[in-house]
Amino acid sequence: MIWIKNGIVVDPKNKINAEKMDIFVKDGKIVAERDVKKEDCKVIDASGKLVVAGGVDMHAHIAGSKINTGRTMRPEEMRVVRNIAGKFRAAVGRVLLTAPAIGYEYAKMGYTTSFEAAQPPIGALHTHEELDAIPMIDKGALPVFGNWHLVFKCIEEKNLEKLKALVAWAIERTKGFGVKVVNPGGVEAWMYGGNVKNLDDQVPGFSVTPREIITWLIKANEELGLPHSVHLHCNNLGVPGNYQTTIESIKLAKGFSNPKRQVLHVTHVQFNSYAGSSWRDAASGAAEIAKVVNSMENVTIDMGAAIFGHATAMTGDAPFQFSLHKLIGARWSNKDTEVETGAGIVPIGYLPSNPVHSLQWAIGLELGLLVDSNKVVLTTDYPNGGPFTEYPYVMAMLMSKKMREGELKKVHQYVQKATTLPSIETEKTLYEVIHMTRSLPAKVLGLENKGHLGIGADADIAIYNLNPLETDFSNEFEKVYKSFKTAEYTIKGGEIIAKNGELLKEVFGKTYWVDARKRVDLEAVIPDVKNYFNYYSVQLGNYGVEERWLKNPSRIEVV
Amino acid sequence: MQVQDVVCTFCGSVCDDGEYDLEKRKIKKFCKLGSSKFAEKERIKAPMIDGKEVSYEEAIEKAAEILANAKKPLLYGWASTANEAIRVGVILAEKLGGVYDQCASVCHAPGTLATIEEGLPGATLGSIKNRADVVVFWGANPMEAHPRHGTRYSISVKGLLVKDRKQRKVIVVDVRPTKTAKIADLFVQIKPGYDYAIISALRAIISGNADVVPSEVGGVPKEKLVELADIMKGAKYGAIFYGLGVTQSRGRDRNLENAIKLIQLLNRFTRWVIWPMRGHYNVVGAGEVPAWEVGYQYAIDFSRGYPRFSPAEFSAVEVLNRRDCDAALIVASDPVAHFPKMAVKHLKQIPVIQIDPYPNMTTLVSKIVIPSAIYGIEAEGTVYRMDCIPLRVKKIIDTNYWTDEKILEEILKRVEKLKG
Repeated sequence: MIWIKNGIVVDPKNKINAEKMDIFVKDGKIVAERDVKKEDCKVIDASGKLVVAGGVDMHAHIAGSKINTGRTMRPEEMRVVRNIAGKFRAAVGRVLLTAPAIGYEYAKMGYTTSFEAAQPPIGALHTHEELDAIPMIDKGALPVFGNWHLVFKCIEEKNLEKLKALVAWAIERTKGFGVKVVNPGGVEAWMYGGNVKNLDDQVPGFSVTPREIITWLIKANEELGLPHSVHLHCNNLGVPGNYQTTIESIKLAKGFSNPKRQVLHVTHVQFNSYAGSSWRDAASGAAEIAKVVNSMENVTIDMGAAIFGHATAMTGDAPFQFSLHKLIGARWSNKDTEVETGAGIVPIGYLPSNPVHSLQWAIGLELGLLVDSNKVVLTTDYPNGGPFTEYPYVMAMLMSKKMREGELKKVHQYVQKATTLPSIETEKTLYEVIHMTRSLPAKVLGLENKGHLGIGADADIAIYNLNPLETDFSNEFEKVYKSFKTAEYTIKGGEIIAKNGELLKEVFGKTYWVDARKRVDLEAVIPDVKNYFNYYSVQLGNYGVEERWLKNPSRIEVV
Repeated sequence: MQVQDVVCTFCGSVCDDGEYDLEKRKIKKFCKLGSSKFAEKERIKAPMIDGKEVSYEEAIEKAAEILANAKKPLLYGWASTANEAIRVGVILAEKLGGVYDQCASVCHAPGTLATIEEGLPGATLGSIKNRADVVVFWGANPMEAHPRHGTRYSISVKGLLVKDRKQRKVIVVDVRPTKTAKIADLFVQIKPGYDYAIISALRAIISGNADVVPSEVGGVPKEKLVELADIMKGAKYGAIFYGLGVTQSRGRDRNLENAIKLIQLLNRFTRWVIWPMRGHYNVVGAGEVPAWEVGYQYAIDFSRGYPRFSPAEFSAVEVLNRRDCDAALIVASDPVAHFPKMAVKHLKQIPVIQIDPYPNMTTLVSKIVIPSAIYGIEAEGTVYRMDCIPLRVKKIIDTNYWTDEKILEEILKRVEKLKG
């Protein structure tokens, strides 16, 4: 039992804005005062300190074949030593981190949940092995659907029952959490050396289009009533002029609604917000995208902010990765995956002296500032936009115009004419930024017990040495940045796991997965699945992940 | 009674369609190599210390003591065990401040170095089976080393787009006419050690610089190289599978680096992928697991409390040649049979602990021998096929042998106690 005394609580889900109050923890949950015996509590004096829910990262590449290939091809990333083996594991990594380092760094920063954003279905067991190796945090993984032949077939047949059955079957088999869509149709086109360019291009070999893939998957997702919505990585990622495709894709959510959450989450939008016709005249399309997102009630996005320094591009968007390899001449890994999907990996870096990189940096921030705080989640699409350990930089930037002005002086002045960032006056409040990093991502994912401090919530708590009542967020941005970099206390499932940047206890969190099998008749799709397995290289009986193989699975049943 | 979908734990093809007859104790569908693995074989009967039979607990106690007291133990092998055991092995190496190395360091590791230089543009075997109309085996002989590779993934297999053998062009590049060369549509025989030059010539021809290529390269007439280049450029989706003929001949990782550059070039015209023909059933896991646990695939030294990667210093052969380890734990491998003389000489001088289901040459030099269950037959676990596709191998018969994972966990527990 823990009694967090006199903290200044910011808990947007429960509409608590910088109120002095006590928080009580018992059996891994947040409980009412009357439910604890105060004399048995470990008391944490949080006087003058900020108390918030543990951070929730809803989109990061933290486990599976992509990040591990990244590690293999980039040993230069592993020279930063973060922890020497002792009571805790050795932990190394600059931006790409080892599994123990991922858990430790999140914990030190006050983050307690992170979701792997793209899991190739056939590689699910690998993803889960790595998730199981990450200490400290709760996790989940999103299997990819947007280029799967079986998905195409259901849509070609316009058979929604079959598509729903496939989604339920696949999420169960992969012990996945939701429906990820990466460059729908484009990765299949890449198998022939191409890509798709707009929503109505036909996917080679199939009579389906990206528009249909997205729309049908939203339909299936909503009828299944999954906790999370379709999670979309748009077509044309990384291509100047792509903001229009992004807007068109966002509008596909029209006509759907869900009282609990969005029906479409569009991810790492920074990479999909470019105006112009080439990198010579590229500009920001963030303002237009923000307008559209703000005008819709059923769409959320995350930033995919770019942080100056090293990064590694890794996505299921294989054709994009090849273009990037050609553009910058860097190493390139690729993985065409059965008849399911693909992936690519290319090392990158963002330099303030580079006009394109500066543009990307600015666009990420524009999105964070211009989109309603109830619709934009803070991410860097780790490790694509940079390290998650720099979330505090983005948080501080969103809250301080003065900080932005200082940073704007250091970057390529191309951003002055190509973006609206210099003219944005908005300063997000602490309440908004806490929402964007806690309660909103939890809501977007459909995790009811995460991201807030209400009674019954998981006792995932971060305490920062920052008094919101006495801090001038516009001017004291250095202090704000520093405070959010290292939590004074990080509590996970009711246990203190880190204190002032020091690890105290190694815990292993849960892996959430969604079981929607009761919502469908699996027989609707099994004959097709069996038939398609002629084109797999494994037996159907050996496909997928059993719950008992996972360290700490937590099934969320949709009934 | 029959067990279906049995997963083979012999070679990197990891065929997963076996049918095991529990009464007759016989496997169906597997190749000769796989079937022999599933047939009854001589086993190490019991744990031994200095040749004397002891209990598991005694052997483990003594093993932990040796390892904990060593200044720098070498932990080597790992290609023929499951990821669960490998993970404990990596953590044990970290705890001990020792060296972790695995079989790839004497095998396919040059491919890893080439990946560091240029990346790895690849595909799963299922993608190649469905799409590849041109398949090149370069310094690889699957007909003998991976007998079912061709029928399951790469040669005669029926795919979605490439429907049969007739629609697929198979090319073999090798220094001798192998069994695979005999069934190829085109066999290019090269002089040993000329892989690099030939790949360079292909790159020149494909990039439109055929004029710089001499009339003969590495024993291959220019016309034949032009023919090969044309086939490659004309493929819809091509795949190069390379073997030890490329990684362990003159040029090593540079050969692969050049080959990957060839693939990068070909992808500017059409689709091509390249992939190594990995040998042991889980040699991929032996690299992937340490990559996520500590950042590197092999040749990892923990003597400073954090991982350092340096193949020229920390691969097992180098460490042994330098006499830079004072104890060794060998798991699922036989370095005595395969390492150079100098390295074996040092192994004979230090206490060796072996964990293996089967006796081998290394057993003869081991102070402690701990027999273990066979993954895929007596124990369940996760392994990675040569293309990194994860498969869960099954436990189909009971055994009294402990698994590698359990043995290593028990050693780790005791080491943690001893090291404090």
